[in-house]
Amino acid sequence: MANEKFLKVKSEGLNRRRKILLIIFSGVIILAGVCLWGIALDPSRYAPNYEARRLAPSLLHLFGTDNLGRDMFYRTVCGLSTSIQIGLLSALISSFIALALGSMSAVFGGKVDQMVSFMVDLCMGVPHLILLILISIAVGGGAAGVITGVAVTHWPNLTRVIRAEVMQVRSAQYVQIARKLGKSNWHIAAKHIVPHVFPQYLVGLILLFPHAILHEAAITFLGYGLPLDTPAVGVILAESMKHLATGMWWLAFFPGIALLLMTQLFDVVGDYLKILIDPHSARQ
Amino acid sequence: MSKGLLQYLTATVLRMMALLIAVTMLSFFLVHNAPMDPVDAFLGEVTVSEEQRAQIAEHWGLNRSPVEQYLIWVNNTLHGDMGESLTFHEPVTKVLGERFRASLLLMGTAWILSGVLGMILGIIAGVYKDRWPDRIIKTFSLLLASTPVFWIGLLVLMVFAVELQWFPLGLAVPIGKVESDVTWLERLHHLVLPALTLSITGIANIVLHTRQKLIDVMESEYVLFARARGESLKELVLRHGLRNIALPAVTLQFASISELFGGSVLAERVFSYPGLGSTAVVAGMHADAPLLIGIALFSALFVFAGNLTANILYGVIDPQIREGGGIDG
Repeated sequence: MANEKFLKVKSEGLNRRRKILLIIFSGVIILAGVCLWGIALDPSRYAPNYEARRLAPSLLHLFGTDNLGRDMFYRTVCGLSTSIQIGLLSALISSFIALALGSMSAVFGGKVDQMVSFMVDLCMGVPHLILLILISIAVGGGAAGVITGVAVTHWPNLTRVIRAEVMQVRSAQYVQIARKLGKSNWHIAAKHIVPHVFPQYLVGLILLFPHAILHEAAITFLGYGLPLDTPAVGVILAESMKHLATGMWWLAFFPGIALLLMTQLFDVVGDYLKILIDPHSARQ
Repeated sequence: MSKGLLQYLTATVLRMMALLIAVTMLSFFLVHNAPMDPVDAFLGEVTVSEEQRAQIAEHWGLNRSPVEQYLIWVNNTLHGDMGESLTFHEPVTKVLGERFRASLLLMGTAWILSGVLGMILGIIAGVYKDRWPDRIIKTFSLLLASTPVFWIGLLVLMVFAVELQWFPLGLAVPIGKVESDVTWLERLHHLVLPALTLSITGIANIVLHTRQKLIDVMESEYVLFARARGESLKELVLRHGLRNIALPAVTLQFASISELFGGSVLAERVFSYPGLGSTAVVAGMHADAPLLIGIALFSALFVFAGNLTANILYGVIDPQIREGGGIDG
């Protein structure tokens, strides 16, 4: 009976869980699509074309063209793709740092915990942009500077989350029982702790992307990030500043909107993944 | 003041001192590691002989070990001398002081603006929970939370400075006017757009927080009882809502000073506003080591002051926090 009922609900199509899966799936597809499109894009699509300078947006040039006649739409796509790649790399590194520090501080406690806590405070104590500028200078600028900078400044929040999760599962009764039954630390880590922490880690990682991408754009905008000849959103917006007074509004408007939409998409994927993973919020 | 609170304060202040020292070490290490030569940065276009270069390097103590250099810097800083800025050719303390005054005006205005506006919007959203004003305000806040500051700045510039021409394009004072001739009205005129931009980004946090708190309050039993007594909506919000929300909201504002500072770097850049943020950008471009370290220390001090205030306020609001105070505080 119960099985039949379940099958019936399923055959009706989209239940809540499936709807959420569909949203996550399409979000990921769009983001991956933009990323791949940017990589595969022929650079001649946004090469300077002096016959098509300063054109307002039209069907031929969706986002208009700039002072050198470069098509802003393709430049933006390429810039978004660069942003996603850099965001991906730096968020991954950052999340590894968080994973290591968070679990270390939960497992060892005491002095280690205090050290990690101090590092978290240190990292949160200096405004991120100042820290990013300093790191970018220390590394020598360019993409390496951005990736290092974003990677070593974005771990504190996730570290806290992971620490709390590990602490919680460590004191859970089923883990205590497993320990009393003589299971090895490795067994407990692999069978109990990792499966519990991994989903939270994944959500944290995805919710890191928007921050990473926005900070990448910000630091590039200030002139410390990606070199001026790369089609990055930060570079595009910094250039657009010079042409604002002449009324070329499309130079700043569309790339900014595109960046905003993309970060929103990451947020949506992360939030829905959280609902999917957290049974408490799923029941609501 | 109770003994517990005093103990808590001492511990917090000691911790912050340790953090400040760590910040100076970190920024010193980063700037020291940079692949640029401070002598080159100082000389700029001027060419000098090897001998003179060596003399400059020795004068600055560049031939000593990094640890020694750091200790010299600490010693001088404790005596009120943070070195001379290579870009502005003025003592770092003087540059910091001047720029910070401009920044403080900008950040303070934005801080108050975002706090007041955020509270008002949050209360409206909380009162009309799940109805159209709430939906609009909530969507708007969530959207704003992930909008780049500099992009908002550019949009604001395009609309109000270029199209409508209500406000100037940038700077803190009219071009070509002597500092002493500038009136307050002119300063204010230049301040409006950057302050507006900066406040917009800080608003989302406070709106969502206020909204949630007000919803919690409005669903409580004492509000139900107050309703039964016949209190009007206005009375409910003012008597029961605002009293419970105001202090946590102020605390939250203090805790978000780090983001405010970061935002001011971008906003000042967009509006060419001569504050501390745009100075940091210029200092970085010119490899101005003393000024950079000074700014890092100063910004950390500023953030710590905000956090300290927030921590004290937390203690005032919730006595339980005084006991613990761990990593997840």
